[in-house]
Amino acid sequence: MPRKSIEDYLKTVYELSQNGATVSTTDISRALKVAPASVTEMLKKLADKGYIEYSPYHGTTLTGNGRRIAEKMARKHRLLERFLHDVLKIDSQKVHKEACEMEHSLSDDAEESLCRLLKHPEQCPDDGKEIPPCDLMISSCEECMQLHSQGLEEVGKHNQNLVAATHLKEGQCGKISFIRGGHNMLQRLLDMGLTPGTKICVERVAPLGGPVELSVRNSKLVLGKGVASKVFVDVEKNS
Amino acid sequence: MSCHSCPYLNKNEINQKISKRIKIALAGNANVGKSVIFNHLTGLHQHIGNWPGKTVERAEGTLHFKGYTIDIVDLPGIYSLSTYSLEELVSRKYIAVERPDIVINVVDASVLERNLFFTLQLMELETPIIIALNQMDIAKSKGIQVDVSKLEELLGIPVVPTVAVKGLGIVKLLKKAIEIIEKGPREKPAEVRYGEEIEEKISLLTEALKEVQVVYPRRYVAIKLLEEDEEIERDIGRIAPQIVSTAKKLAGEIERLHGHGCSTVITSERYEAAGCIARAVQKLVPPIRPTMGERLHNFTTHKITGYLTLVSSLLLVFYSIFTFGDYASGLLSTLFYGLEPLFTSAFGTGMAGSIVWGGIMEGFIAGVTIVLPYIIPFYIILYFLENSGYLSRIAFLMDNVMHKMGLHGKAFIPIMLGFGCNVPACLGCRIMETQRERLLAAFVTTLVPCAATTVIILGLVGKFLGIQWALALYIFNLLVIFVLGRLAFKVVPGESTALIMEMHDYKWPHLKTIFKQTWFRVAEFIKIAFPLIIVGSLVLKLAEVSGVLESIAAVLSPVTVAWLGLPAITGITLIFGVLRKELSLVMLAALLASTGGLASLTDVQMVVFTLVAMFYIPCIATIAALWREFGWKKALFITVFEIVFAISLGGVALRLLTLVT
Repeated sequence: MPRKSIEDYLKTVYELSQNGATVSTTDISRALKVAPASVTEMLKKLADKGYIEYSPYHGTTLTGNGRRIAEKMARKHRLLERFLHDVLKIDSQKVHKEACEMEHSLSDDAEESLCRLLKHPEQCPDDGKEIPPCDLMISSCEECMQLHSQGLEEVGKHNQNLVAATHLKEGQCGKISFIRGGHNMLQRLLDMGLTPGTKICVERVAPLGGPVELSVRNSKLVLGKGVASKVFVDVEKNS
Repeated sequence: MSCHSCPYLNKNEINQKISKRIKIALAGNANVGKSVIFNHLTGLHQHIGNWPGKTVERAEGTLHFKGYTIDIVDLPGIYSLSTYSLEELVSRKYIAVERPDIVINVVDASVLERNLFFTLQLMELETPIIIALNQMDIAKSKGIQVDVSKLEELLGIPVVPTVAVKGLGIVKLLKKAIEIIEKGPREKPAEVRYGEEIEEKISLLTEALKEVQVVYPRRYVAIKLLEEDEEIERDIGRIAPQIVSTAKKLAGEIERLHGHGCSTVITSERYEAAGCIARAVQKLVPPIRPTMGERLHNFTTHKITGYLTLVSSLLLVFYSIFTFGDYASGLLSTLFYGLEPLFTSAFGTGMAGSIVWGGIMEGFIAGVTIVLPYIIPFYIILYFLENSGYLSRIAFLMDNVMHKMGLHGKAFIPIMLGFGCNVPACLGCRIMETQRERLLAAFVTTLVPCAATTVIILGLVGKFLGIQWALALYIFNLLVIFVLGRLAFKVVPGESTALIMEMHDYKWPHLKTIFKQTWFRVAEFIKIAFPLIIVGSLVLKLAEVSGVLESIAAVLSPVTVAWLGLPAITGITLIFGVLRKELSLVMLAALLASTGGLASLTDVQMVVFTLVAMFYIPCIATIAALWREFGWKKALFITVFEIVFAISLGGVALRLLTLVT
């Protein structure tokens, strides 16, 4: 299976499921202009490789791994769009197509340089979509900068398959891997029992990007979205 | 693992002294029933004020028991003794400096682990402790059984099970506390033992601290230095800076060893110890069916039914408060104005009589007819919502909306209260965590159209221009709130705190506590607001009697007439509106009576007058509330800002409206 098509599929699923909903095969087939039967076949392969969770009739969601690749692609794509539009002055109608081709060959180093060159843009030129952060564990380019200048602290250890607590679905559980934030907020979260290694489960997510309710240490905690997005967890496989 | 003896615990010694006057402090997490126990113990002998120089509420009370005079301080509900908030700082200072004879640690049996985390920190302060294991009934309904004697044994601290809302175990708790003060603790309390590598550093630091005079126990200081606690670092840094730098170096070693910051390691181990004890003493038999409380929780936080419940409960609250308030306010007015002949006969109808009646009594009446009918029910309902746990659900549902204004979900409550009356709303801003958020929330609430403002909007614009105009003004007001709120959020320096809140189980609140809390808050408010209202009213009356008002109207005419395009007389009525906002309309109607009443105003004048009246100043009772909460400087600033803002807005509106019409 060519890397390019894996990346394209994951990116499509990612873009169609912006709010964590499952994506139907029909939507994917329409977006990629591929026959539904081929889509189904491809999705099964991707599920075998652990990039997505796929069940016929219900649709598709990304796993932590899949999401990581997809966000990377989306980020590269959107950075390229900005570059083509802002620096090379290519018409905004055309940048999308160009970027689609280029994104697969852009190395991570080049991506980072691009981000720096463009002074950490936040939105795409053609559709105003947000550019995903440099990697999954950093929520905006600004934060990326701050982290480099040591303005932010971190608690816990990085790991490849992490997702922010805001990406967990209701009923999903995971172990806290690390938390990022100012000194006071970190201490507060620790004091409330959110220490690295602690298991948390998402009980409920308030509508419209509101706070999340977690169960932790036999009690319930509510975290605002901003805080929850900085708590990174290792998702439990079968939850 | 068998937690027969948790490896983290180690016995330690404590000394005791006795006198006939005893100090007891109540400490514990928020919402564990601390105030209920406080109210049981102190009855009506309480005093609510602030900690010196802080805007943290300090509730004190006294009781007489077994020949002792016992002073009880209810410390704020907190989760830790770090320096995250003023409440935490105040609490730990109180325990360390004022050394209460015993600390009653109120522990929620249904959330044992988190509560014990706090207990372990209290123990590190090496103060005599007794645990009130409260909410045993809720724990039971959640299928949690706690082995009390095992808990006693593991902690080395006496534990008394209580159900405070029913008054169970309170006397036993008090008896036991006194017994400990008299005889000293039977057992030596345990001590949290951290990992070897940390203990080693703690002993190094404790050794170094031997020469230093500190209010806190040395081991505690050592631990806090490793945790890089700001206050302790500052204190020690002043006397022995080399110890702070040693501590930083040692903390760095731990960090390298664990890959996490030292405070993370210590906090984790403390939680580990708390969890170990909790697991050893509790048996969990979760009920098969979700409990009533859980089902209610699911219903009230659901994305559809949650908001429906929110809207309907708010409507119900408003409807009942206004129906009651209106009725009671009217009743009280009639009652007091019935006294007028009595006063006139006593003081005559001359100068003196009119000053006594129109100045002092009218001010008093204004106070009474606001405070009793509106503020009391507001407080009762606020406390009911808070103590039952519904407030947390509101914060959960509204966090998203309030975030757009830079505040978090809890701020919705004072803002909602503001629609009734700005006064309890400003006082209600205490539920926010930081001083900055309190101020921001209070600023926003003073802009909320209260019942009196609504009277002006409906009585002038609504009546003469039609309800759609009134509605438009109302919506415009909300817009202004949003914009100014955002602006203030940007301007006021400081970090915004995000919502981090424990979601407690629903419980039926203890009504007596609610009534007492209401009573003491109202009494406190009366003390501040009544003198201000009466003096304000007296000054206005004197100005009126001495004929200064006419000249004031003339002085103000460049603003009222030239800039706002209103009759000169409005200068006077707006001044009176400070006392009670709706007075400005009532007086305007009276003063314009000879020239055709309110109807003689042009449409544009009506809109401009209402706009100005909506924003121009918080009423005097609100100013008093701001003063009480934030000091006179900030109260004055908000007041002046709103005057300038309202006048500018009115003038701009006039010019725009004349352009359109």
